[in-house]
Amino acid sequence: MNEILTAVIPVVIIGLICAVVLVAASKFMGVKENEKIPQIRECLPGANCGACGFAGCDGYAKALAEDSKTATNLCVPGGDSVSRKLSDILGVEFEDVIEQVAFVRCSGDCAATEDRVEYIGISSCAAAKQIFGSKGQCSFGCLGLGDCAKVCPNDAICLEGGIARVNTNNCVGCGLCVKACPNNVIVLTPDVQRAITSCSSKDKGGVTRKSCKNGCIGCKKCEKVCPLGAVKIVDNLAVIDSSKCSDCPDFGACARECTTGCISLAYPKVRNT
Amino acid sequence: MTKFIIIMLSAVFINNYVLSRFLGICPFLGVSKKLNQAVGMSVAVIFVMLIATAVTWPIQIYLLDPNSLGYLQTIVFILVIAALVQLVEIILKRYIPSLHKSLGVYLPLITTNCAVLGVTILNIDEGYTFAEAMVNSLGSGVGFLLAMVMFSGVRSKIEGADVPKAFQGLPITLVAASITSLSFLGFSGVIENLFA
Repeated sequence: MNEILTAVIPVVIIGLICAVVLVAASKFMGVKENEKIPQIRECLPGANCGACGFAGCDGYAKALAEDSKTATNLCVPGGDSVSRKLSDILGVEFEDVIEQVAFVRCSGDCAATEDRVEYIGISSCAAAKQIFGSKGQCSFGCLGLGDCAKVCPNDAICLEGGIARVNTNNCVGCGLCVKACPNNVIVLTPDVQRAITSCSSKDKGGVTRKSCKNGCIGCKKCEKVCPLGAVKIVDNLAVIDSSKCSDCPDFGACARECTTGCISLAYPKVRNT
Repeated sequence: MTKFIIIMLSAVFINNYVLSRFLGICPFLGVSKKLNQAVGMSVAVIFVMLIATAVTWPIQIYLLDPNSLGYLQTIVFILVIAALVQLVEIILKRYIPSLHKSLGVYLPLITTNCAVLGVTILNIDEGYTFAEAMVNSLGSGVGFLLAMVMFSGVRSKIEGADVPKAFQGLPITLVAASITSLSFLGFSGVIENLFA
């Protein structure tokens, strides 16, 4: 009996000490959940798409409740109605949601470029990217195996002429395709009237020219012609600052001047409301 | 100083916890699919191994051994480590929320991991001093990180490979794990000759 007690008692004592310490710690150092969180969470659509930049709807609700600087207009799928509800709960001014749509920064379709290797592996951009870097002549462009189309919840992406194309009317701007693309070809852009470079090639002009007829060769014509100074050539690629490219007095000048036709003009999608 | 280096290197390479001692296989197979998850898990393991050693070594030497209660080692260590990790989680959540966020779910996940328990018990069995035990824990954790990072690279290659149907999923993962562990056999004998 004594042997059992000498073993049991120390373990029980250690267990009790641990229990007391843990209870004390959770009592004195516990973090109280903000009561607004469930209320905010209720308003969000619950798609957990991550378009707001936080880890799912729960993460966004937490950020909203704890940091008053978090903008209420970040939920793109929820749109204006969710933004309005959120600003009501938090007692801040309503902000219009700038809707975003996905854009494929590549125009290297079958007519403009060709495959470097004959790829017969599994039909996935991620796999093709790992094996050959890229299967096409251009290592920056769209691989055209449709990883983005597979993850799109609204069937807004189709493959056309060997590259992905976004049907902006179906796109809700969730950004799942942006994460799925192994080449970072797809970006989210504000859904307003704007110009976008539909090329991602950072190769030098000559190299780009050889691999793809539609690629940006970094000739700087667009940079010179832009009245707002929104275009900059960075790494042999025209980068258009979407915040500066608005209400352009000469809208479309950059696209007209472009020698390879790699600047696209985009217009806001048709809304039902 | 040489002794610390030998302990550190042998914990990382020769007696690698995952690939030579086969401890902590569950997270090795479970969270090695993505590199960032593997790194998050490993950092949490290093962290827990260090604090667990810092607490269990004094308990063994100053509490259990003098009272000839050495046979309670396993159960006491499990109890103490589990409680300790919970306590650390509460403290982190309060005072260092950013660290708590990055360690995230991995911290409670490894409270009862065998690699953590293994390193604390082996520290006692090897008769290390406190400083040596801490170095060994750090080395073991770094070895775990190395194995996880290597294996997540292997796994991302497998994702894109054309695997025969019968091997798809867990079988090919286990085959890959065994080949990865073979590669660590090449290190045996290196340390003895390095400091001979």
